[in-house]
Amino acid sequence: MSKVDESTESKTPSRDELALEGIGTDYKYGFRDEEDYVFKSGRGLTKEIVTKISQMKKEPQWMLDFRLKAFDIFMKKPMPTWGNCDLLNDIDFQNIFYYIKPSIKGEKNWEDVPDNIKNTFDRLGIPEAERKFLAGVTAQYESEVVYHSIREDLEQQGVIFLDMDSGLREHEEIVRKHFATVIPAADNKFAALNSAVWSGGSFIWVPEGVKVEIPLQAYFRINAENMGQFERTLIIAEPGSFVHYIEGCTAPVYSSDSLHSAVVELIAKPGAHIRYTTIQNWSRNVYNLVTKRAVAHANAKVEWVDGNLGSKLTMKYPAIYLMGEKAHGEVLSIAFAGEDQHQDAGAKIIHGAPDTTSMIVSKSISKNGGRTSYRGLIKVYPDAKNVKSSVKCDALLLDEKSRSDTYPTMEVDEKEVSIEHEATVSKVGEEQLFYLMSRGLSQDEATAMIVNGFFEPFTKELPLEYAVELNRLIQLEMEGSVG
Amino acid sequence: MTASNSNSKRILEIIDLHVKVEDKEILKGVNLTINAGEVHAIMGRNGSGKSTLSYTVMGHPRYKVTGGQMLYKGQEISEMSPDERCKLGISLAFQYPVAISGVSVSNFLRKITNSKRGKEIPVKEFRQELKAAMAKLGVKDEFLSRYVNDGFSGGEKKRLEILQLSLLKPSLAVLDETDSGLDIDALKTVSEGVNALASDETAILLITHYQRMLDYVQPDFVHVFQDGKIVTSGGKELALELESRGYDWVTGEPASEPAKV
Ligand SMILES: Nc1ncnc2c1ncn2[C@@H]1O[C@H](COP(=O)(O)OP(=O)(O)OP(=O)(O)O)[C@@H](O)[C@H]1O
Ligand SMILES: [Mg+2]
Repeated sequence: MSKVDESTESKTPSRDELALEGIGTDYKYGFRDEEDYVFKSGRGLTKEIVTKISQMKKEPQWMLDFRLKAFDIFMKKPMPTWGNCDLLNDIDFQNIFYYIKPSIKGEKNWEDVPDNIKNTFDRLGIPEAERKFLAGVTAQYESEVVYHSIREDLEQQGVIFLDMDSGLREHEEIVRKHFATVIPAADNKFAALNSAVWSGGSFIWVPEGVKVEIPLQAYFRINAENMGQFERTLIIAEPGSFVHYIEGCTAPVYSSDSLHSAVVELIAKPGAHIRYTTIQNWSRNVYNLVTKRAVAHANAKVEWVDGNLGSKLTMKYPAIYLMGEKAHGEVLSIAFAGEDQHQDAGAKIIHGAPDTTSMIVSKSISKNGGRTSYRGLIKVYPDAKNVKSSVKCDALLLDEKSRSDTYPTMEVDEKEVSIEHEATVSKVGEEQLFYLMSRGLSQDEATAMIVNGFFEPFTKELPLEYAVELNRLIQLEMEGSVG
Repeated sequence: MTASNSNSKRILEIIDLHVKVEDKEILKGVNLTINAGEVHAIMGRNGSGKSTLSYTVMGHPRYKVTGGQMLYKGQEISEMSPDERCKLGISLAFQYPVAISGVSVSNFLRKITNSKRGKEIPVKEFRQELKAAMAKLGVKDEFLSRYVNDGFSGGEKKRLEILQLSLLKPSLAVLDETDSGLDIDALKTVSEGVNALASDETAILLITHYQRMLDYVQPDFVHVFQDGKIVTSGGKELALELESRGYDWVTGEPASEPAKV
């Protein structure tokens, strides 16, 4: 090995290096189905388009009013002044389609799902066993849900699991009571945009005391050039209930930039438990600007499990407002940034009541000049006594070009609290690589093993099939990562 | 040293090997020939270059070969990466095994075994083989779910090293102070594991400070390392002599510090 290092430096690129170059551009999931739409709004956003979206969906007046008000806020609000402003300002809002209605109506049976969509699942490599699970899946295709089925046992338990549009149609009162109560339209520019043009997403309501045993899953996918995705998810867990929701996505590559700006609201009523798992692998041209926030009432528990791979820029800081005594919140996240990618992720925990506890674990990896940032806020209100919080951020850099930063903020207005913060930055160790390579693993395999080990605290929280999928993705990302 | 066997039985041939680390010459002309069926022991003071030799044979990137030859079964290996050498049949049991946090022992063992053998071994089959190997080495089941070398005691690490080698089945096993850190019972089981690696087709290069392991794993040759090269070679009686008399009489230099365990 010793001499190999020296000799490759001076020579023309090796086979491995050439293969490596290919990987950056040839995104594995960069295929797309032929577009087949009933209605496609023009590019750009106007009051008329917002109105049209609402009319086509035959929404109640209050929702149209809400959208129009949000549109005004969006037009007036400035861009966020933090995060990666240079990249953010590249977004051309007038060059985006805000609504696309697919030609296929909502489906209930797997047999009725169009072939091109099944092909999509095929190419994503969803294993046979997992397809059975699709019986309980909403697959978001374009801006509207085309496939949706609730397993019978869910229906028997009284659990509602619908796409957001159907939720509004079929359960208007529940929606009206909770919608935008956690994230008001005025929260930030992207929340306002989503509020004006939202389409799709999931609506889940779990009745008091009901524990949903199987994770509810949704696959999302962007599939039109310059198309924005503005799904809106609302999960309400009534007192003492439990639900685990999982979303995972991959997206095809397009030449121009794609905007994804979702809003996710969780409401955990007293003693309820919500876990929300995301694995996102957007193609490298996507702006992923998501507002996620949860409210946890007394004795409730909320967990965000958030994996961010892919995209050009991700800005995402899942928040938990601990508003009742003994509420508990956890944010467990990983981020992976490769060449020309910036993962700006983090967490916000607001301790608004006594005896509330929280834990944040953030793990990030940067390679090939990629950049990860952790941006976190821990806020403790006066009289929120006996608050306990721990924050742990670990960054792993795979080469010299890559970068990682931490921006933690603490606003503590109460004395009787215990807050721990720990941050580490490390590099893939030469000794670790040598050890693994001496056992016959190639440099890429060895690196992937170290990276998977680094992400393990996250991966072990995932259902097995997702863990396997994630490990595979990392393997793919690592191929030729260290040259 | 002299090799009476024919070239076809030759496993490792090191000729006038010079190695640098961080621009400092550590190995200064090592000559060593190992044939199939042989067990060689290397002894020598701390810092004399024993681990450097083992790293160089395995291909550590920081150890640069600046001169000489290193032939494995007749093939020059100096330019090869560690994984290529492993696949050819060279394995090193580390003096200081490295922890890989988050990677379970079972997953790790399966990956390296598949990789070495160049095929996916059916899970069930692998499990059986692993269980048998673990039983022989007295490795408990609970280790399978722990992370590789993470929080392992010194002796546990050494057991895991030999467990790995027993799955990789190398033709040339280099053991760097595998005996240090082992308790008396463990020394016996691990030595049996080492003996199981030996055959007419394989060779063992064992680095040690003490006679104790050599009681179990009997060397055909013992070499004394000093200042980056072999200064004396002999049969197994040389080890006994070193144990009772120290190195001074061989190297002609007084001991600078007491040898560490
Ligand atoms: N990576 C390194 N950087 C700098 N010096 C090194 C490095 N590796 C080895 N050396 C030096 O080379 C010399 C030989 O070290 P080596 O580890 O080979 O000794 P050893 O014979 O194995 O000793 P011990 O019996 O203590 O294990 C020592 O002086 C050591 O400090
Ligand atoms: Mg040593």
